[in-house]
Amino acid sequence: MFTLQEIKRSLLVSIWFVFLTFPLMVIRVDSIEKTVQWRWMNMVYVAIGSFLLSFVFRYMLQRKEMKSDDNGDDDKKDKTGRSFIHQGLADPRYRNIILGSLLAVALIFPHVFSTYQTSIMTTALMYVVLGLGLNIVVGLAGLLDLGYVAFYAVGAYTYALLYHFFGLGFWVALPIGGLLAAAFGILLGIPVLRLRGDYLAIVTLGFGEIIRLVMENWGEFSQGPSGVSNIPRPSFLGIDMSLDTALIYTYYLMLLFVIFTIFFVNRLQDSRLGRAWIALREDEIACQAMGIDKMKTKLVAFSLGAFWAGIVGVIFAAKTTFISPRSFTFIESAIILSIVVLGGMGSIIGVIIGAFILILLPEYLRALSEYRMLAFGAILVCMMVFRPQGIIGSIRRTYTYKKQTDGEVS
Amino acid sequence: MDYFIELLFSGLSRGAIYALIALGYTMVYGIIGLINFAHGEIYMIGAFTSFIIATILTILGFPALAIIVLAGLAAVIWSASYGYTIEKIAYKPLRHAPRLSALISAIGMSMFLQNYVLLAQTSDFLPFPQLIPDFAFMEPIAHIVGSSDMVILVVTTVVMICLTILIKYTRIGKAMRATSQDRTMAMLVGINVNRIISVTFIIGSSLAAIGGMLVASHIGQINFYIGFIAGIKAFTAAVLGGIGSIPGAVLGSVVLGLTESFATGYISSDYEDVFAFSLLVLILIFKPSGILGKVDTQKV
Repeated sequence: MFTLQEIKRSLLVSIWFVFLTFPLMVIRVDSIEKTVQWRWMNMVYVAIGSFLLSFVFRYMLQRKEMKSDDNGDDDKKDKTGRSFIHQGLADPRYRNIILGSLLAVALIFPHVFSTYQTSIMTTALMYVVLGLGLNIVVGLAGLLDLGYVAFYAVGAYTYALLYHFFGLGFWVALPIGGLLAAAFGILLGIPVLRLRGDYLAIVTLGFGEIIRLVMENWGEFSQGPSGVSNIPRPSFLGIDMSLDTALIYTYYLMLLFVIFTIFFVNRLQDSRLGRAWIALREDEIACQAMGIDKMKTKLVAFSLGAFWAGIVGVIFAAKTTFISPRSFTFIESAIILSIVVLGGMGSIIGVIIGAFILILLPEYLRALSEYRMLAFGAILVCMMVFRPQGIIGSIRRTYTYKKQTDGEVS
Repeated sequence: MDYFIELLFSGLSRGAIYALIALGYTMVYGIIGLINFAHGEIYMIGAFTSFIIATILTILGFPALAIIVLAGLAAVIWSASYGYTIEKIAYKPLRHAPRLSALISAIGMSMFLQNYVLLAQTSDFLPFPQLIPDFAFMEPIAHIVGSSDMVILVVTTVVMICLTILIKYTRIGKAMRATSQDRTMAMLVGINVNRIISVTFIIGSSLAAIGGMLVASHIGQINFYIGFIAGIKAFTAAVLGGIGSIPGAVLGSVVLGLTESFATGYISSDYEDVFAFSLLVLILIFKPSGILGKVDTQKV
């Protein structure tokens, strides 16, 4: 691997990147004070970093090409090697143990750890649901939605404003928030879903920005950039709760909701509708030939995804008790998309793991938090280039013909 | 009437800037069928590079004209290099992957570049030096049409003419048109498609860099985030005119620029961005192929 030629190539790459990053990384000017600051150390970092990374990049590309070359026995390898998580879950004995212990950990979590940790965990659970919701749209139906945060905002503002103007409580607002978000999804979906996928990406991106800008500028309605505050936390039969209990209560609520979502999405995936989505993602024309109503199927996916975002939005507003347009920027959509892409599009376990990695890691590595968005961008690119199926890819449902042996006849 | 003309010219110069960016989108889309999300970031990098070079040259005491030319040249060189590199890293390995993969990769690249500039430079708004002086001969109408509006219009027109000549009459332009019509066929007749794609990215990025420098000098401040909104709007313009079509991109940009200018002038400036996005949604509902675009039928 480390032949002279390889080293020469990496050296060239390194020189190219030094040139490329020269003005932005090395020079920093102050046009008012008229001073120039030269940061030569950065140049050294770039040189060494790009030299090493170019080896990794080429090695990974080669490995990927080699894999796609011997596609023939790929199936065999997959079954034994990659998917031991899938295998563990497929076997009912292991599955019950794994899921049981996970549930036990989740249940005692708030009693073992501090409220701060519980609160972070609640956030992570919220992103799990958001990820699963977007997974329906992006992963299953193959529609790239870049304005997912808009539906989240619709849900959050629904609760905040319903409380603000009419004094409606959390439990009333919860379904309304979800349904309203779904309605927005349908409204936006009808014109756009007729078009090819790339337009959808841009229009949803634009829609996300419109919602945010309207909320920022329409002061009388949404209280503008200062946001809505003093939103009540979720209630339980009207019992007064201390702050700690309320947070723990929110955590359990969210946990329940996550379990419900996983169950629902899992069932949905194997339903007629779920299979139609996957078929639509793979080949629209073949799908239409098979008698699937393209428009309706897409619309259902889009509005279902929006519904989930709306519900999480309501919970978000109740958890933080304060919302402002700043919570609903494009970055938020990008984070949710990263979760889905990193975990593996279409894979439920993948999305859950992706959400925990991307939300909890920056939380505990505070020192690196300013590099978070940089890393998210890099993750999106690298995942697409090297591992499009994500860390835990979804497995296709296929018929497997098992030989019936004496012991295992069922 | 004066107000109307003022809005007209500010709309035209706005449209000219959008056109410089939109051309990059439309050319790349025409050739590889990808929305290059990172294009807005190239524009932003162009603005930053010209800012850095211009400030250094001002400190060194160069004459005004030399500063404009050298800063512009630097912006073009570095933006083009970034465009070339991005294509090689993020898009070339995905040439045969599904469209969605390339699109997600492009979004990732855009986020990466934004935060790269944020970390390497600053998150604050930087005051951009006024590179274009107020011309004396513009004095009588200066209250209606600014000098920089005029410069933007003139530069854009010149660039457009050069681009048209390049695409219509040169060998490389011919190869570009061939590649965008049918990539496989172009390969068969001996066109180096990878090189053509690189050239397209380089040209598109250079145009964006020119736009970035002009607009930064016009508005007077820059920030790592300027590429995002400008990118979406230029894309809107490209779709409005019919994506993939070069005259369409220019026409769409002018329409968008005028719409925005009049809407903010006569209705409200709070919703400047909302107008552009609403326009995009409206076009997609009523005429998804754009003003000059071809209707593309899906075939098996």
